[in-house]
Amino acid sequence: MCCPRNTIAGEPVMGNPLANLLARRRNPGRARNSRRRNYVHWLWLLPTLVFIAIFLVYPVIDTFVLSFMNADSTASVGLDNYAWVFTNGAAQGSLLNNVLWLTLFTFLAVGLGVLMAVLTGRVRYESVAKAFIFIPMAISFVAAAVIWRFVYAYSPEGFTQIGLVNAAATGVGLPPIAWLVEQKLAYLGQLLPTPLHTNNFALIVVGVWMWTGFAMVIISAGLKGIPTEVVEAARVDGASEWQIFRRITLPILAPTIAVVATTLIVQALKKFDIVWVMTTGNYGTDVVATFMYKEMFSYQNFGRAGALAVILLLAIVPIMLINIRRFRSEAQNR
Amino acid sequence: MSEVEGTVISRLGQFGAGLRKFAARLPLHVIIIVIALLWMTPAFGLLVSSFRPATAIATSGWWTAFETPFKFTLDNYGTVLSQNGMARSFLNSLIISIPGTVIPVLVAGFAAFAFAWMKFRGRDVIFMFVVALLVVPVQMTLIPVLRLLTDTHLVATFPGIWLAHTAYALPFAVFLLRNFFAQLPKELLESAYLDGASNMRVFFRLILPLSVPALASLAIFQFLWVWNDLLVALVYLQDPSKSPMTVTINNLVSSFGTQWQLLTAAAFISMMLPLVIFIALQRYFVEGITAGAVKG
Repeated sequence: MCCPRNTIAGEPVMGNPLANLLARRRNPGRARNSRRRNYVHWLWLLPTLVFIAIFLVYPVIDTFVLSFMNADSTASVGLDNYAWVFTNGAAQGSLLNNVLWLTLFTFLAVGLGVLMAVLTGRVRYESVAKAFIFIPMAISFVAAAVIWRFVYAYSPEGFTQIGLVNAAATGVGLPPIAWLVEQKLAYLGQLLPTPLHTNNFALIVVGVWMWTGFAMVIISAGLKGIPTEVVEAARVDGASEWQIFRRITLPILAPTIAVVATTLIVQALKKFDIVWVMTTGNYGTDVVATFMYKEMFSYQNFGRAGALAVILLLAIVPIMLINIRRFRSEAQNR
Repeated sequence: MSEVEGTVISRLGQFGAGLRKFAARLPLHVIIIVIALLWMTPAFGLLVSSFRPATAIATSGWWTAFETPFKFTLDNYGTVLSQNGMARSFLNSLIISIPGTVIPVLVAGFAAFAFAWMKFRGRDVIFMFVVALLVVPVQMTLIPVLRLLTDTHLVATFPGIWLAHTAYALPFAVFLLRNFFAQLPKELLESAYLDGASNMRVFFRLILPLSVPALASLAIFQFLWVWNDLLVALVYLQDPSKSPMTVTINNLVSSFGTQWQLLTAAAFISMMLPLVIFIALQRYFVEGITAGAVKG
């Protein structure tokens, strides 16, 4: 956040000792008085504390307790629900899909974000180019899902392809593919170990499309902070552009990239909307969040859903702590 | 003579150097433009399709729409607004999003003011606790909150979802606003207190007006967050007549998955307001969204 506050700092009122003196005279007990009434802050905090107690703290405790109980929360089952998550095939599948999301999605979004930040920083139409990449951040996952279902639309071979991807594929002589359904693609199947379904790629592309703009904007701001003298000096010394990027830009950017990556990892762990609207988690695309939603509302198994939620939380906590710490130190440096 | 020749040669030289520089930078331009166009293509296809007749969408790719004769229509929008309840859903989205933005920003503002400018024991610990709740995924709260809302008859009501969105927004909003408030000039607040201003007066007349950039970024982020939310509405607002657009479109996808003339028009209606905000308030928009990504 940046700040046009300096204009106010120049106002005469606050800098004028006479005015301050008069004010003190007019209202002598004021300062001491406000210090004595030190319950006042609770009134200001109360709404926030009530809201988070009811909607965040209590539910977390409740879910934690539910995760050790059976489906309708009538009897304790110990660690059974957790054991189930790690032994049930479908649950394992959703965990694995989350791992795929958090590696591939994060890697691609950060990579493209760095690329676009570095490249657009060198042209005059920077803001327009960046706006193009950033716009997908503005729309809902639901709208994005509609957009991409249309891009992936599939008709059987021999029919007109109205989806862009399949039209391109048939245009170069490849067979059309039901991208959201197919779990084993003839030419991509070898790339992945068996439990990972290739239609996850199609979903991850959508996530990357939406989040690259975020990575680009943050990294671009980091780039602007690199002193130009350093880069100029390297250039005078005959360093190539690649060397400058590799030896100067990238090391300075490293902390920024780390913030972006951790944020994206948390996003990947919580992924729900894209998967839910595009495939409802069918055809092997379930992630933990969609799987949990089904346990909760389709099967009414609150114990298993609770266990999945706790696992999700435990996965997020360390990453968020790193992120918040960085965020705080960054705010202090500013 | 020779002077003219000299100028011509140096001009040519400049032109040559310019050309060489341009040639060297050509790949840069090509990569940027190709990626930017690639990024816009999916959304552009949606926009074009939403104006094409149903039969045309089903039988040809949207890129053929630019061949003569042009066949564009507004029928899709008419149909989806009147028959599929998108007009009602648009209104519902507004009814959910506006209080869902104003309430949390105000509530967070109160707390942030206390955290930033009042001295009391345990202040930092309580602040850290509130911020730490950022880690809680919304999914984790669904069952207990749903039960609470059901018990209090707030389930499937607008106030119920306002309260839920307010609570979910608070950790991030308090974090953002406290950091901004704390940077405001100390002397200004002190002199206001010395002038006999009450806390209320300082908050509404001094803190809030000085924090417009932060408030704008936060409000835009929160508005879009609620506007684009599917999960919270899906769970707490199980009443079709109150569904926001995200839920309605999700239902359209599951019941008319291949009726592209409806889906494209519906999706574009839901995107319009965010796009307008983006174009009108780009700076606050980008700041709000990027800062808010920690919330997830």
